[in-house]
Amino acid sequence: MDKNNRLIIRLENVTRTYTVGVERIRALDGITLELRENEYVAVMGPSGSGKSTLMNVLGCLDRTTSGCYELDGQNTSQMSDAALARVRNERIGFVFQSFELLGRLSALKNVEIPLIYSRDGWWSRRKRAKHVLARVGLAGRIRHKPNQLSGGEKQRVAVARALVCNPSILLADEPTGNLDSKTSEGILELFDQLHEEGQTIVIVTHEEHVARHAKRIIRMMDGRICSDRPREQDSADQTTQNEIRGQLA
Amino acid sequence: MIAVIRAPLAFLRLFYQSVHLALGQVWTNKTRSILTTIGIVIGVASVTAVIAAVTGLKTSVLNQVETLGIINTIVILPKLPDTEPLHPESLWAVRFLPEHFDGMLEHCPSVERFSRLSMVGPRLVQHGERSAETVSLLGIEPTYHQIFNRPVILGRTFSVVDDEQARYVCLIDTKLRDKLRLDRDCIGQSILIGYNRFRVAGVIEWRRPLDPAQAGPEYCEVFIPFRTAFKLEEPLIAAVAAGKSTEVVEEAQAEIRFFLRQTRNLRPTEPDTFQVESVKRYLETFDKIALIVTLVAGGIVGISLLVGGVGVMNIMLVSVSERTREIGLRKAVGAKKTAILTQFLVESLVLCFIGGIIGIGFGQLLALAIANIPKVELGTAYIPAWAVALSLGFTGCIGIFFGMFPAVKAARLDPIEALRHE
Repeated sequence: MDKNNRLIIRLENVTRTYTVGVERIRALDGITLELRENEYVAVMGPSGSGKSTLMNVLGCLDRTTSGCYELDGQNTSQMSDAALARVRNERIGFVFQSFELLGRLSALKNVEIPLIYSRDGWWSRRKRAKHVLARVGLAGRIRHKPNQLSGGEKQRVAVARALVCNPSILLADEPTGNLDSKTSEGILELFDQLHEEGQTIVIVTHEEHVARHAKRIIRMMDGRICSDRPREQDSADQTTQNEIRGQLA
Repeated sequence: MIAVIRAPLAFLRLFYQSVHLALGQVWTNKTRSILTTIGIVIGVASVTAVIAAVTGLKTSVLNQVETLGIINTIVILPKLPDTEPLHPESLWAVRFLPEHFDGMLEHCPSVERFSRLSMVGPRLVQHGERSAETVSLLGIEPTYHQIFNRPVILGRTFSVVDDEQARYVCLIDTKLRDKLRLDRDCIGQSILIGYNRFRVAGVIEWRRPLDPAQAGPEYCEVFIPFRTAFKLEEPLIAAVAAGKSTEVVEEAQAEIRFFLRQTRNLRPTEPDTFQVESVKRYLETFDKIALIVTLVAGGIVGISLLVGGVGVMNIMLVSVSERTREIGLRKAVGAKKTAILTQFLVESLVLCFIGGIIGIGFGQLLALAIANIPKVELGTAYIPAWAVALSLGFTGCIGIFFGMFPAVKAARLDPIEALRHE
């Protein structure tokens, strides 16, 4: 990890609590985290560990209950809904487990969606969408509708849609969860390639082989970060692995 | 400067985008959209058709009055006061006598001219083998031609001598002439009116009667001198007058009323035993009736449009819940609340406008059908521009009103929840 790279995300003592009935659930419990430009991070943890909530907070879909979240040096905690929508549009690219493509639109039109809501991208949306589809290797299939595409191609369209506004960070929530292992590998190779091109990526996953592609692995448990290490050290650290396995069992 | 044009430009872009999306959505769900708009189609079609019919009726009456040039005309008839029961004998008691109108022009400065009328019932008119039944028969004075703007086109008007000596001369209209197979120049030929033989003194252009109840292709008229009618039977006497100009018609009416109350020796407490009505008033009354009909029809149709609006709201709610994930995605990639709100509002508007436009199309067809019903003189039935604007405006309001709730519902969706929606 290059410490000289620009700081993109800074979380300081972030908590997020939900109230379900009378019970208060601490989904995030004092998270402190920094992400720099061109990092490739995997967030892992069992279900209920708070990794999805962390993802939603990082993606400005959800607000923090307390603590400070800075994205590109801007504090998002005090922003209005409209300002957050703009942040999502300009700085964040989402890739979802189930692609979330609109079935009646062609691949090209699907990729154009974020640009429709963008302040400056509207006029050049066709050109930019074509360009980014070429970047994910789908130059020949821009007129196809989602039901004419394979699962892997669909996810590539979704990645193109996430990248089309040149986001500061690409957030992928179980991007290979709906794909077979061979196609998964293809998508992960695409992520590797994007990382090499300088893209900052955060992948939320519970699959070890997916996480192995990342350069830094964050493990979560009960709303806290229990381990945050470069990949090489994470693999070596068997005690943590065993600890987690023990808790899972 | 850039900031000033940026906001409206952004809105235009959003609007264009929303219309584009809405049309796509309507196209995707063609059957559903068409079924949804049926309520609005029916509503708009019926309101435009009713307005077209009323407008047609109005313009045909107005045209008639205008081309007739009788806007200044005043009609004077005997009439029982409202307090007394209607009875033929009491009506006879308030009848006019010829001398009642003597000196009217001197006492009524706003009246240009007047003509007494002696009304007798319709008669059978014959010439040789040919005959015409129930021909309207009217005793007139020569000023009648100016008051009703109906000049004698062939021959002469009645002279003072015709009237004083109650001669058996008559004016016939062109239709009657053709019906009886008289020569084109039939002056001097004789016809039989009832049991009396009359010489034709002149020909008058046929004219459609103002009263639609009498209007028919069979309608034709014979005019005889005022006093000649007294020889046939005791006539009912009335009068028509013309005001000096359209502006003074009301004054002329008031003067006539004052004059007639004097000549009939009515005390101030007694009610009028006659009525003085102007054609202008008839038109105003007709206008009022037309307005009432339009309003009542509009009200009924308004209800059907409301029902149509509820249908649109229903389908929009379905649409919102079907597309919850799409809304979640759009919000996740940066759509603001206003963008989602606009998208769904515009979609409901587009649905309503499609209904409105189809409705106006059907209304136009109905108007054409009305205009072409034989024997109904509504050839001018058309949908005026204001009715089109009004229908579209109203459908637009329906679209906004009933689209607002689903649109707000969509705009308020939490993106995380929406993306989890099954």
